[in-house]
Amino acid sequence: MNTKKWLLTLVFLLIVLVGVPWAINASGRWDFYYTLTSVALLSIASAGVWLTFYIGRINIGQGAYTLIGGYASAILVTQLGVNFWLTLPLAGLACAIISVFIGLPILRLRGVYFAMVTLVLTEVARLTALALPITNGAKGIVSIPLPAELSLFGLTIIPDFATLENPKLAFYIAAVIMMVLCYAALYRIVNSRLGHLCRSLQQNEELSASIGVNTAYLRVIAYSISSFMGGVAGASFVSISQSIYPSTFQVVDSVNFMLNCFLGGLGYVLGPMLGTLMLYFGWDLLFTMGKYQLLIYSSLIILLIVLLPNGILSLPLFNKRGGGPK
Amino acid sequence: MSTILEVKNLTRRFGGLVAVNSVNFTVNEGEILSIIGPNGAGKSTLFKLISSFLKTSGGEVIFKGEKISNLSPHVVARKGIVRTFQETTIFRSMTTRENIIVAHHLRAKASLSGYFWGSAKARRDEALFADSADEIITFLGMEPIADELASNLPQGNLRALGIAIGLATKPEILLLDEPFAGMNHDETMHMVDLVRNVQKERGVTIMLVEHDMPAVMKISDRIVVINFGEKIAEGTPAEIRNNEKVIEAYLGSEDDAIGI
Ligand SMILES: Nc1ncnc2c1ncn2[C@@H]1O[C@H](COP(=O)(O)OP(=O)(O)OP(=O)(O)O)[C@@H](O)[C@H]1O
Ligand SMILES: [Mg+2]
Repeated sequence: MNTKKWLLTLVFLLIVLVGVPWAINASGRWDFYYTLTSVALLSIASAGVWLTFYIGRINIGQGAYTLIGGYASAILVTQLGVNFWLTLPLAGLACAIISVFIGLPILRLRGVYFAMVTLVLTEVARLTALALPITNGAKGIVSIPLPAELSLFGLTIIPDFATLENPKLAFYIAAVIMMVLCYAALYRIVNSRLGHLCRSLQQNEELSASIGVNTAYLRVIAYSISSFMGGVAGASFVSISQSIYPSTFQVVDSVNFMLNCFLGGLGYVLGPMLGTLMLYFGWDLLFTMGKYQLLIYSSLIILLIVLLPNGILSLPLFNKRGGGPK
Repeated sequence: MSTILEVKNLTRRFGGLVAVNSVNFTVNEGEILSIIGPNGAGKSTLFKLISSFLKTSGGEVIFKGEKISNLSPHVVARKGIVRTFQETTIFRSMTTRENIIVAHHLRAKASLSGYFWGSAKARRDEALFADSADEIITFLGMEPIADELASNLPQGNLRALGIAIGLATKPEILLLDEPFAGMNHDETMHMVDLVRNVQKERGVTIMLVEHDMPAVMKISDRIVVINFGEKIAEGTPAEIRNNEKVIEAYLGSEDDAIGI
């Protein structure tokens, strides 16, 4: 990264970590914390989907992993008393491991075939959650406690959220930090030789194999990283809402994760972040339209995809300075 | 001269069609061996079998005494057998240089996570690949198009880029499927020199499939002729030129002229 990108990153961090809380405080719109926290977490799940796009696969199944991650964390916290902060990486890991077994067979498929199978995954996850005793069926898992204190050698790293005066702010800060880490990792992947290899898969799998790339392995790695992000996002989401049901993440969420990537731009690391923000706020702003909300919303998305096939970040406005800040 | 590759009773069926039928031949280390034959004779299928992009229906391929048929394609590539494609295949949305750099994968020492964290090995790999790519670009005279997107390159350059990608893997055997297709006479002669250079200066054994007979006659040390999946002749360009069966096979098909 050059100096300019570091500077832009710094400005971004100042805005989201200092500017936004200040503005919310000044305006008294406390509900914005929940909205922005959701955007941050959903953009982590979308980042995962973006990575599968990056190896040339259309992934409409991220909802399955956010659901699995959510349940994994909820079960660990409520039944085994594991600290929430520990369940975060565990939920991600669980999703990554499951995705290896699912990915091995299905990642051989390409194009619409892969997309169709992933579309089914979310529904399978929902039905499984409905049927299993450990997930408590349709009643779901409720009254999940807020994240407990995390300490290392007696030193408090993260305080117990239940004792905080403003847990909403704490959730927001935590979500933003996770989002930044997630996109930093994504940026690093894309700008290292790893990204170069992923692009080779996206552009020509056969040639990639013939220059010695273990394409099956690389695909599974990328897919499991993607699912890890889904799991972490799902687990965090559940801890904010303090409950999870089989319907917490549905097919429509999987579709939204994909749309976020499309809309932001598949060629830009920051695409899914911007896409998530726009779609989430777009949907909320159209709330006043009542029963026409979905109609207008869908029409606008179609229009955007037709007019800007390479995403919002392909607008000249963003490209004068050559790519996003990250 | 030692044998580097041996094709033994190699067979491949597609349903009822026998695309490659019990073909036998050997390849000597350091030679240029051409496979010729009319359209649909089974030449590309033969290459796909050798590079393990297709499973065999019978027979085997032996590389340096080791059976390599039916392994994964990337494993065969790793052993040193690399194929370029009949259809121009390159990474379209990368520049010439990026294409060549990514193709160095076989020589990578660092792990995937090493590349993520930027380990010492990874940095050494990256520096090495960049240098080697520059060297290949110079060797093939591609400096003017080094930073051009591959999707913007004309056909002739794409073929050269295909060979550059092959070279980056430092293969022991390079399989070129119709490297001169779609080129005019001058471009073809330039490519012939280029392929000869690859063989002479880099010691790469080359197998190529080609329809351009003057080019084949000029470039080949030996030629194997196949027709309807079967080998019908084998020998030096002079021997093939005068072979009855070959002349017959080519006269029998309309769109090919052996050009002799
Ligand atoms: N995947 C496949 N499935 C079914 N039949 C195939 C397949 N690949 C090749 N064939 C058939 O096998 C035969 C040999 O094909 P191949 O591509 O090897 O010919 P070729 O000698 O390379 O021809 P050309 O000079 O036109 O490139 C043809 O009849 C072709 O139709
Ligand atoms: Mg062919």
